[in-house]
Amino acid sequence: MTREEVLSEIQSRFGDVILDFFDKSAKRVYIELQPRALVPVARHLFAELGARFHIASGMDSRTHLEVLYHFSVEALNLLVSLRVKLDKNDPRVDSLASTIKAAAWIEREMHELLGIQFSGNQDLRRLLLSEEWPAGVYPLRRDYREWDPGAVRDRGV
Amino acid sequence: MPKSVISIGPYHPLQEEPEHFQLTVEGEKVVDIEVSVGYNHRGIEKLSERRSFDQATFVIERICGICSTSHPFAYTQAVEDIIPVEVPERAKYIRTIIAEGERIHSHLLWFGLAGHFLGYNTVYMWMWRLREEILDVMEILSGNRQNYAMFKPGGVRRDIKPEDIPLAIKKIDSILPTVDRLKKAILDDPVLHARLKGIGTLTKEEAIAYCALGPTSRASGVARDVRKDAPYGAYDRLDWNMIVTANGDVWDKAVVRLLELYESIKIMKHCLLNLPGGEIDLNLKSIPPGEGIGAHEAPRGETFHYVRSDGTNRPARHKVRAPTFMNLPTLKATVPGSSIADAAIILAAIDPCYCCTERMAVRSADGRKLYSGEELLRLSREKTSRIQKELGKR
Repeated sequence: MTREEVLSEIQSRFGDVILDFFDKSAKRVYIELQPRALVPVARHLFAELGARFHIASGMDSRTHLEVLYHFSVEALNLLVSLRVKLDKNDPRVDSLASTIKAAAWIEREMHELLGIQFSGNQDLRRLLLSEEWPAGVYPLRRDYREWDPGAVRDRGV
Repeated sequence: MPKSVISIGPYHPLQEEPEHFQLTVEGEKVVDIEVSVGYNHRGIEKLSERRSFDQATFVIERICGICSTSHPFAYTQAVEDIIPVEVPERAKYIRTIIAEGERIHSHLLWFGLAGHFLGYNTVYMWMWRLREEILDVMEILSGNRQNYAMFKPGGVRRDIKPEDIPLAIKKIDSILPTVDRLKKAILDDPVLHARLKGIGTLTKEEAIAYCALGPTSRASGVARDVRKDAPYGAYDRLDWNMIVTANGDVWDKAVVRLLELYESIKIMKHCLLNLPGGEIDLNLKSIPPGEGIGAHEAPRGETFHYVRSDGTNRPARHKVRAPTFMNLPTLKATVPGSSIADAAIILAAIDPCYCCTERMAVRSADGRKLYSGEELLRLSREKTSRIQKELGKR
């Protein structure tokens, strides 16, 4: 399959759930999806096209919590990033861990650092933060405030 | 048979990611493994958001002590992908030279440790002696043995002087005969064959399911290498081979690394001899709003960086994914079923900078200590010498 065939197939199959299709460059495509469509589109990329799952990256973009799932179709040198924007008051998206084993750890990480709920992931134990870290405090959120009075403050630039 | 839990770890400051392995064992056999990380979580992604694009390069260079260049390499490409812009040809070659030198010394370090685990301390001494030569080359080229600080968004920070190149090449050539001798010694050793073949096998299907990276995936027959799949730097301008083997056991992982040494030496020499002239830096002034992705094939597999810019001089988000993050979960597929004596080398086979033997402790389920760290190492070495004796009798 060529690059055009892969992309037009995604557009025709999932056209009704694609909110934005950004063909940035020959090697990079960003597709914004309705959150409910994440698992079917990811499964299409991973299982049918044989794409490799790189990682997911979550961020607090002030209005939403945004998660990008990065996939590579290695034969085409094409990196497809699926973007979902989640409601800040109830950030919730279906888990990819049962479809893609490799997504299990990063969901645990985003759960503790950004407070995103992954429906269907039974193992959302802490991955990086220590046990002493208070519940409900998410360090990568914009409204994060230092909670530990003994912490050394990073002054930045 | 009663089950007990063996605890390995949790912490060693030399490790890239201090890990805690809990092996559930029945007698000598491992039936399950639980991997815990995060003992040295430094919040570098958060730190990076409070540095300028240029300063962040220095912070992330300190993520890993062994492959210190792999993170700046991926990060600078991610920043350049935001604009997007291509760096000058000479900078691409210099970046490639530094990255390959790092791969050579990182693989040599792994071989040394693997030898040490197996009771082959001669291999350990030889490999680390060779590694010093490569670190000398890096010092000639960059001024530093580690943390070269050569990278910056838009190019490289320092040039390689033409008068330094002959000495660097002479040093690289001087290690080749020793690498050859080591290759012969390792590949012809019947004890190592008996010790490493068929243990810790990661099948091709498992490697794809876990999205394994680097030598861990290539040893399982998954031809996956960012340098070939999505060429960057000078990798598409030269002739080199991706090393792929089929069996996925510890032996194959070692063979992949051994043969990659030759490719890296070839690439490094070619780049030094054919270094193009011209600028080394684009002198980027500001980064526009947008997002970019950069990936680099580090010695342990692909390093992946995602950077978002909001138009200020600092990244709005900087996601770092090290290769070990993807390779560690594969232990769930490779360790259960093996014996305790093999566990140390299987855990080390994905190359998680695993040198924490002195921190190992073996505990039973009720917390009573059964073995010390030295004892676990002794078990591994005893198995080697047992095989040596058996083969000697024949």
